[in-house]
Amino acid sequence: MSIRHGLLALLERGPSHGYQLRAEFDAATGATWPLNVGQVYTTLDRLERDGFVVQDGAPDADGRIAYRITDEGRAEVRAWFTSPVSPKAAPRDELAIKLALAVTTPGVDVVSVVQTQRGATMTSLQELTRLKVQAGSGGGDLAWSLVLDSLVFRAEAEIRWLDHCEARVARAAAGRAVPAPTSVAPIPPTPVTAAKQARR
Amino acid sequence: MSAPVLLLSRVTREHVQGDTVVHALCGVDLAVHAGELVAVMGPSGSGKSTLLHVAGGLDTPTAGSVFVEGRDLATLTAAQVAAVRRRSVGYVFQDLNLLPSLSALENVSLPLELDGVRRGMARRAAREALDEVGVGALAGRFPDEMSGGQQQRVAIARALVGPRRLLLADEPTGALDCTTGEEVLRVLRGRCEAGAAGVLVTHEARHAAWADRVVFLRDGVVVDQSGPVAGAESLLAGGAV
Repeated sequence: MSIRHGLLALLERGPSHGYQLRAEFDAATGATWPLNVGQVYTTLDRLERDGFVVQDGAPDADGRIAYRITDEGRAEVRAWFTSPVSPKAAPRDELAIKLALAVTTPGVDVVSVVQTQRGATMTSLQELTRLKVQAGSGGGDLAWSLVLDSLVFRAEAEIRWLDHCEARVARAAAGRAVPAPTSVAPIPPTPVTAAKQARR
Repeated sequence: MSAPVLLLSRVTREHVQGDTVVHALCGVDLAVHAGELVAVMGPSGSGKSTLLHVAGGLDTPTAGSVFVEGRDLATLTAAQVAAVRRRSVGYVFQDLNLLPSLSALENVSLPLELDGVRRGMARRAAREALDEVGVGALAGRFPDEMSGGQQQRVAIARALVGPRRLLLADEPTGALDCTTGEEVLRVLRGRCEAGAAGVLVTHEARHAAWADRVVFLRDGVVVDQSGPVAGAESLLAGGAV
């Protein structure tokens, strides 16, 4: 997630200071990617260094400094919106790496790793659905409900992939015709949480 | 907690195919309480539909017991099981089976009328059920005068009409588009929240997510269950470390 570009996009609506930006960011994304104010100010410093924002006048009575977007900043936001998010750039995918290692590490019950993850992902999919129902009944905030849909589709894809993994692993085990080591006490699997993934 | 509306206890269902015995279900335990929607997920051949048929008295387990509203179906006569099916259980299947020559209202009131309920009373109940799923205005239309989503709602109204407390749905969003399918799930969910017990069989995780609990079935065995977590906040707040 590019906080830089998120903040720049918000600043295009008008000058704003850090606390305000954080609140607007949370409102736009439904607090799916909660920011702390320190992150916001660090990011603003870098944006200022890069010439994308400038300080907008003197600090207010509370000592807060407002920032204003520059022309360079506007160009950067436009470029961001017009370019696709590269799947390569996202530092995914802990889960795929975990599964790959599980398959190749002796003594790991891969099926149970898959099931643990699927249970966790299913639970978060249930929660997302509940949030969607709430969002839908309140007349609907389009931005928020699209963010939710994105998480729903992602969770769904992950479950589908886990089903696929389970079937492949079962087929591979049957092919080897060796008794499946399911009775061996497995290394207890820890699911990758959806919240962690949402950050990425 | 009150007694479950549906209880499967160590249910096994075997089919004999030539020389081999296929275990469609193998020692399945499942309790569904009033107000609860449970989804059953699994690939084709995992036993999902068999589970639903056994739960609704359409199929008989080879071993184990099925209780609907506290009554062990194995102790009932065929006529009594049929009465439980008509009065306590509502089915929504992918194949809607609406009768083309009857209006929406008549389709919904028919099961009650066949069960001996007076026509006026059956029609009143049918109208209420249609209202509940949001198609009360279409009561006089015939199936071919309605969209797929509207027909599906009528089928659900028919499954809900009268005092039925157990709702069994097999891929109820089958041929519907994404948004209409969601509407159907919303209706199912609402009905369960209003006090029915529901079982939803699906292979779509997105649909199963509407349930309170998801049961994963593989080769006739429950391999996994997932329930709700503490709260939605836990899902969203976890990354703030």
